[in-house]
Amino acid sequence: MNKKTWVSLLTLPCLGLGLLAGCSKKEEAQPAAAPEAAAPAAAAATPIDPATVASVTGTVKLDGAAPKAAKIDMSQDAACKGANSAETIVADGGNLANVFVYVKDGLGTRTFDVPTTAVTIDQQGCKYHPHVLGVMTGQNISIKNDDQTTHNIHPTPQSNREWNESQPPNATPIQKTFAREEIMLPVKCNQHPWMRMYINVVKSPFYSVTGPDGKYELKGLPPGTYTIAFVQEKLGEQTQQVTLAAKDSKTVDQSFKQQ
Amino acid sequence: MPYNRAHHRFAIFTAGATFCLLIAGALVTSNDAGLSVPDWPTSFGSLYKIPHMIGGVRFEHTHRMIAEFVGVLTVVLAIWTWRVDKRRWIKALAVGALGTVVAQGVLGGLTVLFYLPPLISSAHAALAQTFFCIAVAIAVFTGRRWVEEVPEVELDSRRPSLITLTLLSILVLYVQLILGAMFRHHGMSWWPHVVNAPVAALVLTWTAVRALAVYARIEAVRRPAILLLGLLITQLCLGFVAFLTRVAWGRDAVQPELPMVISTVAHVAVGALLLATAVVLAIQVWRHVPVAFAERVPEGGRRVVAA
Ligand code: HEM
Ligand code: HEM
Repeated sequence: MNKKTWVSLLTLPCLGLGLLAGCSKKEEAQPAAAPEAAAPAAAAATPIDPATVASVTGTVKLDGAAPKAAKIDMSQDAACKGANSAETIVADGGNLANVFVYVKDGLGTRTFDVPTTAVTIDQQGCKYHPHVLGVMTGQNISIKNDDQTTHNIHPTPQSNREWNESQPPNATPIQKTFAREEIMLPVKCNQHPWMRMYINVVKSPFYSVTGPDGKYELKGLPPGTYTIAFVQEKLGEQTQQVTLAAKDSKTVDQSFKQQ
Repeated sequence: MPYNRAHHRFAIFTAGATFCLLIAGALVTSNDAGLSVPDWPTSFGSLYKIPHMIGGVRFEHTHRMIAEFVGVLTVVLAIWTWRVDKRRWIKALAVGALGTVVAQGVLGGLTVLFYLPPLISSAHAALAQTFFCIAVAIAVFTGRRWVEEVPEVELDSRRPSLITLTLLSILVLYVQLILGAMFRHHGMSWWPHVVNAPVAALVLTWTAVRALAVYARIEAVRRPAILLLGLLITQLCLGFVAFLTRVAWGRDAVQPELPMVISTVAHVAVGALLLATAVVLAIQVWRHVPVAFAERVPEGGRRVVAA
């Protein structure tokens, strides 16, 4: 081989690196543009008459004995001192927690105001709080780190833009929005591979997450017929129809079968 | 051209360091730590500062540091080879190794920046083993045996020829590697890899048995052939364990568990050794068991004798 070949062989990788640097800059520029795309709902919301609104409440149950929660081994990071059981299925006395309940269908072309307040994800004890979160499209999510260790926050969406950022201890909260509807969008930490949560991004404010007592509540619904969906990260989705007259308050319970 | 002991030793060292790097890389994947350092070419914004080595960062940053070290070794090896070796094709190979290691580093960075797409991660896994094979080949070519010995030669008149079989072995191993990597990086189901395993096992066994049955006299052929068989059996067992820990038992794991990590990393590492052994065997067969001349220049009406 002669000198020219040498030189060209060496410049090729450099060119590649240059290109890459260009690409990564573009990546950085994107988040700035994202909020714009995320806030189309800022247009006028369809009015709802507060005198007629109805509500739905209920309890979500798990049929059969709850499985024993898997133990998490946090020994790889001394700064992690959280509760060490997994939250894949949390059921106490048959009441199923962490079920995302929302109006899946029946709202037609209605649009809704996006709350100006942010919802919060807290990383504490090397776990996410809450484990299941609901948020509206375009609504701010504020992610904070209360641990004395670095986390990285990595959502793996199907229809939203993916990102991955690290957050050292005492850092200012990270602010994020998701532009498109997506149910059970997984979020992971690759420093602490047991850390996992789910964000549910919906277009309406009619959503709720069941608490340890299995209870949920959907308030302020205009009269109508709706499909209510109950989604559990492992047990999947179930739906029920409900028809609400003005000022109704109905109870809709749901149960999941252990798989 | 005289044998250069220091150069040869350095080539062996580079190949050995690369093997450690493969293990470090496999640890990143098995521990799901690929994105624990979100940026590249910097790590948490710095090109040289070592971050706190906890959690996933231990694996990812260690892998990056060993990769840089192997990169430096490869630069030195390329320059050294260029200066001391008279054989042009070896110089080309050493420069090729340098190009491969740079491309490999860039693939590693790209997979981080694009959040581990299966295709890029699998390409990174496949090119890693390719680079390892090149490093091993350079170590073979610079060895005393290769440089000073007059090779013992035996003509091959069987069909398919042994060289065809060894090349076929390399091919099926590559297919097996790519299928395994695509599964490991969530781009494909597990069954293509498992279905191709018996095919690979068959081709490898055929190759090794032929080499041992006919050319056992030639040490340079016998040794890699025996090693190939031994590694193949090991790899099949490890594959089975990896399948149990990853697919059968590991579906609901809340975090990477030690048995899964150990078995999958071992399966990746032995897979790399197996591929490198097949490459060494091919090189030695090429040297010691050339295809009979009359067969190389086929004449009309030649009759092919079955093996
Ligand atoms: C230059 C030589 C390098 C070699 C030989 C090498 C080798 C490997 C190997 C063998 C794996 C495991 C693949 C598997 O188990 O399927 C791996 C994974 C990985 N490597 Fe490298 N690597 C190199 C450089 C780099 C660099 C510079 C980076 C920079 C960020 C990098 C980032 C990664 C990542 C993120 C993974 C995990 C991929 C995943 O889990 O999808 N590598 N590497
Ligand atoms: C000739 C035989 C075999 C070879 C050469 C081979 C090679 C490989 C390689 C190189 C990988 C990882 C690719 C990467 O770097 O990402 C892999 C992954 C894998 N192989 Fe094999 N394999 C063989 C047989 C088997 C068998 C028989 C099984 C199961 C019954 C198996 C199960 C697996 C599994 C489950 C993985 C993925 C591990 C993970 O997800 O971490 N392999 N194989």
